[in-house]
Amino acid sequence: GTFIQAAEMPIELPPLPYAYDALEPKISKQTLTVHHDKHHAKYVTVANGMIEGTDMSGDDCETIMMKAHKAGNAGLFNNAAQSWNHAFYWNCMKAGGGGKPSGDLLAQIEKDFGSYEEFVKAFDQAGQTAFGSGWAWLSWDGSKLVVDKTIGAGNPMTDGKTPVLTMDVWEHAYYLDYQNLRPDYIKSFIEHLVNWDFVAANLAKVKK
Amino acid sequence: HYATEADRIVIMLRQSLRSASALRSAAKTHGARAMSTYALPSLPYDLGALEPVVNTEIMTLHHGKHHATYVANLNAALEKYADAEAKKDVAAMIALQGAIKFNGGGHVNHSIFWTNLCAPKDVVAPSEASPELAKMIDAQWGSLDAFKTEFNTKTAAVQGSGWGWLGYDKAAKKLAIATCANQDPLSTTGLTPLLGIDVWEHAYYLQYKNVRPEYLKQVWQVVNWKNVAERFKAASA
Repeated sequence: GTFIQAAEMPIELPPLPYAYDALEPKISKQTLTVHHDKHHAKYVTVANGMIEGTDMSGDDCETIMMKAHKAGNAGLFNNAAQSWNHAFYWNCMKAGGGGKPSGDLLAQIEKDFGSYEEFVKAFDQAGQTAFGSGWAWLSWDGSKLVVDKTIGAGNPMTDGKTPVLTMDVWEHAYYLDYQNLRPDYIKSFIEHLVNWDFVAANLAKVKK
Repeated sequence: HYATEADRIVIMLRQSLRSASALRSAAKTHGARAMSTYALPSLPYDLGALEPVVNTEIMTLHHGKHHATYVANLNAALEKYADAEAKKDVAAMIALQGAIKFNGGGHVNHSIFWTNLCAPKDVVAPSEASPELAKMIDAQWGSLDAFKTEFNTKTAAVQGSGWGWLGYDKAAKKLAIATCANQDPLSTTGLTPLLGIDVWEHAYYLQYKNVRPEYLKQVWQVVNWKNVAERFKAASA
């Protein structure tokens, strides 16, 4: 749904999949408003400005991101990847989310991490040790699920992996609500926000 | 009382030997202790001194939480490093270098930063702080305003977390504007730090939100050119 692009159209700023106050009190209305309407919006605007009049002006966000990476175009990569990352991130959360997944997704997590608890530990550590601005990821590497952290706009697709879940750990994602307490934000994300339905759908799609 | 004094010395010597022996066995079982521990420096002013440019809430968190955490984590990483060294575990030493660079850099950078700032009422112009420094800025950028514009443009453009710096190139005997990512210290560029502006979001977000350029515009009202001049004098000596 979110990534369908018509020909010759710029990258879209998708609306949030929920109301701005839907994730309260774990993530405030103020945070989502600034994060989506300012940060995410700016990446989209800048990326569109950069691709205008180029042969990428009809490409979707993911394609632009990968072309920019291949070309070593850091400026375009940063903005296109951040556009993609944020659109993906919004869908990775939902009101009343979090906790343990079920079905095939849980089975795969248990297979690849030993247990759900071991996955949580790895994902938490990835988020905590992204030394600066970055993202924690759960991705399919072709044969199993793996946890990664990236710095800045980094996305595991540049390593040939397929993301199924991401968590933004740039300070703007949590500072208004958690200040320096990134570990508390990560805990909230894992326990109360993760949209496992979206993650399960992503995994099913890539395993097909 | 000679006998008592001699006894006292013997007792002290025995105690030292016991302590040294205890330390040696502790070192064997628990690994060596780190050479030194680092401490959070005090702010040279009250938490509210930089209002309204940088508010009390930000200063409280920035100094008391963020910088304090870099110090604590640096000390912890160095303890582990000493332990790894004692065990000759090179792989473990290498694995710790990221944490040492990050937390050590954070400590170095913020220690400089606090001294680079002062209350608005205590700010003096560069020309007053150091005519030599002011002349060099004019020579290299045309004017103080032109310098600030370039500094702000480059610093605003830092992707994600990092710092903007005015540094001194000792070899070329020139000033230079540079930016660094994350907590990489300016020393990694070969420049000597004179003035650093933190553009991690934690440095400004509670007040300025996403509008980093506004923070950069305002922060010059609290730049302590006297301190910058001192650093310049030391670097260019």
